[in-house]
Amino acid sequence: MGYVDDQFSQLHKLQDESSPDFVVEVASLFFDDAEKLINSMARALEQPCVDFKQVDSHVHQLKGSSSSIGALRVKNVCIAFRSFCDAQNREGCMRCLQQVSHEYTMLKSKLQTLFRMEQQILAAGGSVPLE
Amino acid sequence: MESCNCIEPQWPADELLMKYQYISDFFIALAYFSIPLELIYFVKKSAVFPYRWVLVQFGAFIVLCGATHLINLWTFNMHSRTVAIVMTTAKVLTAVVSCATALMLVHIIPDLLSVKTRELFLKNKAAELDREMGLIRTQEETGRHVRMLTHEIRSTLDRHTILKTTLVELGRTLALEECALWMPTRTGLELQLSYTLRQQNPVGYTVPIQLPVINQVFSSNHAVKISPNCPVARLRPLAGKYMPGEVVAVRVPLLHLSNFQINDWPELSTKRYALMVLMLPSDSARQWHVHELELVEVVADQVAVALSHAAILEESMRARDLLMQQNIALDSARREAETAIRARNDFLAVMNHEMRTPMHAIIALSSLLQETELTPEQRLMVETILKSSNLLATLINDVLDLSRLEDGSLQLQIGTFNLHAVFREVLNLIKPIASVKKLLVALNLAPDLPEYAVGDEKRLMQTLLNVVGNAVKFTKEGNISITGFVAKSESLRDSRAPEFFPVPIENHFYLRVQVKDSGSGISPQDIPNLFTKFAQNQAIALRNSSGSGLGLAICKRFVNLMEGHIWIESEGLGKGCTAIFIVKLGIPEHSNDSNLSFIPKMPVHGQTNFPGLKVLVMDENGVSRSVTKGLLLHLGCDVMTVSSVEECFRVVSHEHQVVFMDVCVPGIDGYEVAVHIHDKFTRRHERPLIVALTGSTDNLTKDNCMRVGMDGVILKPVSLEKMRSVLSDLLEHRVLFESM
Repeated sequence: MGYVDDQFSQLHKLQDESSPDFVVEVASLFFDDAEKLINSMARALEQPCVDFKQVDSHVHQLKGSSSSIGALRVKNVCIAFRSFCDAQNREGCMRCLQQVSHEYTMLKSKLQTLFRMEQQILAAGGSVPLE
Repeated sequence: MESCNCIEPQWPADELLMKYQYISDFFIALAYFSIPLELIYFVKKSAVFPYRWVLVQFGAFIVLCGATHLINLWTFNMHSRTVAIVMTTAKVLTAVVSCATALMLVHIIPDLLSVKTRELFLKNKAAELDREMGLIRTQEETGRHVRMLTHEIRSTLDRHTILKTTLVELGRTLALEECALWMPTRTGLELQLSYTLRQQNPVGYTVPIQLPVINQVFSSNHAVKISPNCPVARLRPLAGKYMPGEVVAVRVPLLHLSNFQINDWPELSTKRYALMVLMLPSDSARQWHVHELELVEVVADQVAVALSHAAILEESMRARDLLMQQNIALDSARREAETAIRARNDFLAVMNHEMRTPMHAIIALSSLLQETELTPEQRLMVETILKSSNLLATLINDVLDLSRLEDGSLQLQIGTFNLHAVFREVLNLIKPIASVKKLLVALNLAPDLPEYAVGDEKRLMQTLLNVVGNAVKFTKEGNISITGFVAKSESLRDSRAPEFFPVPIENHFYLRVQVKDSGSGISPQDIPNLFTKFAQNQAIALRNSSGSGLGLAICKRFVNLMEGHIWIESEGLGKGCTAIFIVKLGIPEHSNDSNLSFIPKMPVHGQTNFPGLKVLVMDENGVSRSVTKGLLLHLGCDVMTVSSVEECFRVVSHEHQVVFMDVCVPGIDGYEVAVHIHDKFTRRHERPLIVALTGSTDNLTKDNCMRVGMDGVILKPVSLEKMRSVLSDLLEHRVLFESM
C-alpha cells in the first residue's frame, strides 16, 4: 500500500509561482506537528492512570494532519488507534503508538528523500512532473 | 245571232221554225237576265269577293246579251225603224261590252286559277300541321307518362318497390296485357323471372342467357320487338286461337357503384342486364308505336338509375352498420388497453418503490461500511457487494427506463458536453476488462468530429458503453475497434434501414459510431431479433448484456429518441460482428466552451477563480489549516487564518464573505462560533457564509451544523476541484450541503 494517497498530489496542484515550496512547507509543518503529538501521546500513555480522552484528542489531531497531507498509512493507524482509545485498551494503544511512530518515521525519510531529489532536478534545470 | 239581221229570209218563212226560235230567244233572254241576279245575290251573301267591278262588267255584258236576244223577238216580223235602231244600239253595246269583258277575262282568269292552287296549298299545309300537332301531343303525353312513372319509381329506395311500381305503371300507361322482368342469376348464366305484373307469384322460370334473341336485345339500348313465341315471352298459357299481342323487350342495365363514370354513360361489355318484356293485349290489333317504344326505353334507363341508387343505399347502410360494430369493438379494446396500462403503471410504481428502498439501503450501508476500518478481505467483499448492488440498481433503473421509453414519456436531457471525453471515458471503463482478456481496444475519432456536442450525454454514454461492452464480452481474443465520425448524407442512408431518412439540418450533425469486434459473430437470421427485448434465442441471450435481454433494446430506444438508427452486421458465426449506430447531435454555440475544458464533469456554470474573495479559515490543526489556506490561495482568495475559536470571534467581520471552520474537534466550539456569528451579524447580507469542514460522515454532525445555522458542510479531504465547485455553488446558491 502506498505511503501517500491522492491528497498528496492535490497538494502538488496548489504549488505554483506564488508559492513554489508549498508542498515542502506543508510537509515540514506536518513533521513538526506529528513529532510533538507523538511525544505527547507517549507521555500520556506512560502515566499510571492514562487519560484516554487526551490521548484520543491527540490521535484525532494527528489523524487530521495526516489526512491533510495525504499520509495514508499514518491515517489508517490513527483510525485503529482511536478505536483502542475508545475501548480504553492501553496495550492496544501502546502498540498503535509504536506503529504510528514507525510509519511516521518511514514517511518522513521517504518524503525528505523525495524533496532532495526534486531540488536536485530543479537545480539541474529540469522540471518535476506533477503526476 | 247569225240569224239576227233585218234582211228578209230567202226561203219561205217556216212558221214552226219561227216559233221555236221565238221561244228559244225568249228563254235565252230570261236566262241571261237571271244569271246576273243570281250572281249578285250570292256575292252579296258571301263575305269576300274581290272583283265586284268585274261582276258589274260581266253583269252588264250578260244583260246586254239578254237585251239583244229580247229585242230579237221583235225582229221576226216586220218591224219599224225604231226597233231596228234599238236593236242596232243594243248589239253595238253588247259587242263593246263583250269585247271588253273578253279582254278583261284574260287578266282575271289566271288570278282566279291561282287562287285555287293557293287554296290547295293551304289545305296541304293545314293537314301537315295537324299531323305535327298530333305528334307533339303524343310526345307530350309520353313525357307526362314518363315523368309520372319516374316519380313513382323514384319515390322509393326499396328495390322491390321500384321494380313492382315500374311494372304496374308501365302496364297502366301502355295498357299492357303482361309485363315481366327477368333478372340475371348469381352465376350470370341464366335469367330468372323475378317480377310480373299480373301473376302474383312467379315461379322460378329460368332461361339461359345465351339465347340469340336475348343477345339481340342486350346488344342495343333500344326496345326491340321480339316474337311472342320466344321463351321469355311465353309467360302464360296461350289462349288458343287468339293472336298474341306484339311483344317488345328492352334491356335494363344493372349498374354497380364502380361502373359510374362522371361524363359518360358506361357501355362496358362486362355489364349485367336485366330483361324487361312487355306484351300488348292479345287480339287487340294494337301495334307498338314509336312513342311507346321510346317511353319504354326511357323508363328502362330510369329504372336502372333507381336500382343503382337503391343498391348504393343498401351498401352504405351495411357499411355503416359494420362501422358501428367496429367502433364498439375498438372502444372496448381501447378501454381494456387503458386499464392494462394503468395496471402496469401502478405495478411499476409500486415495484419501483419496493425495489429501490432495499437497494438504497444496501448501497448506502455498503458504502458506509467501506468507510470504516476493514481488513483487506473484508474490503474486497464490501466492494464486490457494492458493485453488484450498483449493477442491480442499474438494472432496476433500466427496467423503469424501458417502460418509460415504451410509454414515450422518457425525455432526453439535452445539454452541451464534451463528445471526445465521452469516448475516452468509455474506453477507460472498458480497458481493465479488455486488458484482462488481452484484447486490443482501439479508438479512432475522425478529425472533423466536433469536440463539443449538444445532446443527452448520459444516455449516449450508456448506449456506447452497452455496445462496446457487448463487443468486449463476446470476443475471446483479438481486437476491438471503435470509430466515430460525422456521417455525410450518402452514408446515412443504409440499405438495411430503408425507413431511416436522415435530414441534414443546420446546427445538427449525425454522429456515426462503428464498433467492430473479432468475436463469435451472429448468424444472419438472428440479427432481426437482437433488438427485441427478452428474446429467448441462446445466441441472443449471450449477446444481450446481463442476460436479461434488455440492453440492446434500451439502446435502440435511446438511439431512436435521438432520431437515429442502430443495427448490427455480422457475416456469420465466428466471423466477428460490427455494431453501428447513428445519432443526431447538435452543434453548440461557441461562447461557453472555455469553461468546459477545465471541468468535464462539473456543471457548466462555475468560476475558475474567486479573485479577492475574503475568506476566514479556522482550524486548530496546523497542517490542515495550511493545506486549506493553500487551496484557497490557489483559487485566488484573500485568506486569513485563525487557530482558535476566540481568535475567530475577534477577527471575524462583515468583510469576510465565507468562513471555513473545521469541526473535527470533539468539542462543540465550532458550533458556538456559528451561533456567535449569527448574533453578531443580524442582517443576512452582511453575515459571512459559514461552512463546516469535517471528516466525520455521520448525520449527527450535519444535523448539528444545520441546527446552528451553518450554510454548508464539506467532507474532508477537499480536493482542488471540490473546493472550486463548492465555492461557486456556495456563492451562487448561498447554501451547500453535500450529501454524506
